[in-house]
Amino acid sequence: MRQTRLIRNIALGVENLLLHKLRSFLTMLGIVFGVGSVVAMLSVGEGASKEALEQIRKLGSNNIIISSVKAVEDESMTNTRIFMSVYGLTYEDYRRISESFKNVQKTAPAKIIRKESRLGERSLELRVVGTTPSWFELVPRDIIAGRVLTNADVEKQAPVAVLTEYGARRLLAAEHTIGQTLRIGGDSFLIVGIVRSESGQAGNIQIPDQEVDAYIPIEVARRYFGDIQTRVAAGTREREKVELHQVILQIDSSEHVEPTAAAIEQMLKRFHKKKDYTISVPLALLKQAEATKRRFNIVLGSIAGISLLVGGIGIMNIMLASVTERTREIGIRRAIGAKRRQIIFQFLIETVVLSTTGGIIGLGVGIFIPFVITMVSGMATVLTLWGILLPLLISMLIGILFGLYPAIHAAQVDPIIALRHE
Amino acid sequence: MSSGVSNPKGNSEIIRLTDAWKIYKMGRQEVKALAGVNASFAPGSFWAIMGPSGSGKSTMMNILGCLDRLTKGHYFFDGQDISTFSDDELSDLRLRRIGFIFQSFNLIPQLTVQKNIELPLYYLGWDARRSSERAQYLAEQVGLAERLNHRPTELSGGQMQRVAIARALANDPQIIFADEPTGNLDTKTGLQILDLLQKLNENGKTIIMVTHEPDIAAFAQYQMHMRDGQIERIDGGIG
Ligand SMILES: Nc1ncnc2c1ncn2[C@@H]1O[C@H](COP(=O)(O)OP(=O)(O)OP(=O)(O)O)[C@@H](O)[C@H]1O
Ligand SMILES: [Mg+2]
Repeated sequence: MRQTRLIRNIALGVENLLLHKLRSFLTMLGIVFGVGSVVAMLSVGEGASKEALEQIRKLGSNNIIISSVKAVEDESMTNTRIFMSVYGLTYEDYRRISESFKNVQKTAPAKIIRKESRLGERSLELRVVGTTPSWFELVPRDIIAGRVLTNADVEKQAPVAVLTEYGARRLLAAEHTIGQTLRIGGDSFLIVGIVRSESGQAGNIQIPDQEVDAYIPIEVARRYFGDIQTRVAAGTREREKVELHQVILQIDSSEHVEPTAAAIEQMLKRFHKKKDYTISVPLALLKQAEATKRRFNIVLGSIAGISLLVGGIGIMNIMLASVTERTREIGIRRAIGAKRRQIIFQFLIETVVLSTTGGIIGLGVGIFIPFVITMVSGMATVLTLWGILLPLLISMLIGILFGLYPAIHAAQVDPIIALRHE
Repeated sequence: MSSGVSNPKGNSEIIRLTDAWKIYKMGRQEVKALAGVNASFAPGSFWAIMGPSGSGKSTMMNILGCLDRLTKGHYFFDGQDISTFSDDELSDLRLRRIGFIFQSFNLIPQLTVQKNIELPLYYLGWDARRSSERAQYLAEQVGLAERLNHRPTELSGGQMQRVAIARALANDPQIIFADEPTGNLDTKTGLQILDLLQKLNENGKTIIMVTHEPDIAAFAQYQMHMRDGQIERIDGGIG
């Protein structure tokens, strides 16, 4: 009974609004654009930050990644003459880190060499990553065929290689390729497995897991290729000696990640005269990204708030005009016996219907825009349930908030004066 | 001060005003729209209130119709002193026991005839089907059964006033107040409306009507003449 009455009231409100279609539509416009922009911005923002957070998570939120970098003062010297720059993490660094920090659970070194490689008729420049089996635990990925590196490979210093999916594909390697010979530089390696390519990258951190990687035991890499690499770039020969290009650590719990990173930095400082390494903490990036997202949401919220406020004021303005216009109607209803709160309710329902309809149309606009953005630019957009419900709820609240004053104003109308009103 | 207390049917009375004052303050000036009126109206009686412009007729109607409050004095409706009623209680009294008919009809233009007639039922909380049935019945009573889906603007003055009467009857009120119900109608149509009111009175409704026209006032059982916010005299009474 009560419910059908509410439905009747809403139907009456809709009828009244339909009497002035253009006016009602124009009044809604503020809310339409307010809600539309909120929904659109939320979904674009949510999409962007979700992508970023996903990337950071792939790096492992309990991991610390230390990378070798050429120190700045070295850079200028190499350009002028033939010079061998020596920099980066050393095997000794790796041993110290592995042994002297109790919160470090697992470690994986990486020695990276670019080498022309051949498989049958095909050749391709691979990034050869010399590492240990724990690499595959710290940067987990699916095995497509065969197996990953094992401790036995390390002990025997076996010349075996694990390819990544895309590299394998370009070399026309497939399941049957397992057991065949891959030539890296002048050396032969036995292909033992293929893993899925998954690039984990965020900010300036990058894990050497690219499309064209080949993983081999680190001792083998060291023995076959040495620590010195020669690059020919812009006419000059550039030689550099780097023992380890990257070290990935897994810390036992997230609250130890940042203190351990600081301690490692302290230690490295003591043994490195130049700052030829960087320490990246995905967790810190994650926190930073989340903080950015929060700040973004606050800015977004303020913009949304302002546009909805403007929309609400527009509605209030029109409703006040409508009350004046309908003074006589109010007087008639009051004379017949309508109570004040029934008049309030009548006008409030009209305002809420107006603002909620605006909200629903705005939602449509707000869903359509990200859809187009994704279609055109390929940017990820995410529609959350909250991203839909919240604007609707807010538009309803706007109706109540900004409808209340005109409605109360309507209820204060003196029936005697109203009935004389022409 | 004249004291036109009339009590045609023994002790029974539906309305009593005792020393009723309505004073409007206009800046420093005071307008005594009602100046110490004493009056009593019996159930089932038919009254015409007459008098020159500004004598307080409309004010009297607004007070009696519970649309306005006295500045001073008492108003008893069916024995209850409504001077103490809250706004909601007054609304409820109007809703359940009073019907209004106005000179300018006062129909809601965007509603159909049917919805206009149903309006009191809506506030009484009747369901849609029952309301619709009652509206149809009432439209038949006032001879407008074919116009239910029209808008008021599509009707003649006389037809609009019939709709207003149907609406005033919807809640089956004890009293009908009519402020110059024929003021905007030609003589012939006015007389038809009065015929209708007289029938209602014969069926037991108390009717209190303001009019300028003696022909119209003649339909009523009593003619109350007002002047300067007071009752000058009351004619009639031989039902
Ligand atoms: N809201 C008001 N504010 C101030 N004075 C008022 C108000 N309403 C009525 N009056 C005054 O009260 C007096 C009585 O007015 P009322 O409307 O009752 O007269 P009336 O007999 O109905 O006149 P008419 O025949 O012209 O309708 C008039 O002097 C009028 O100016
Ligand atoms: Mg008058």
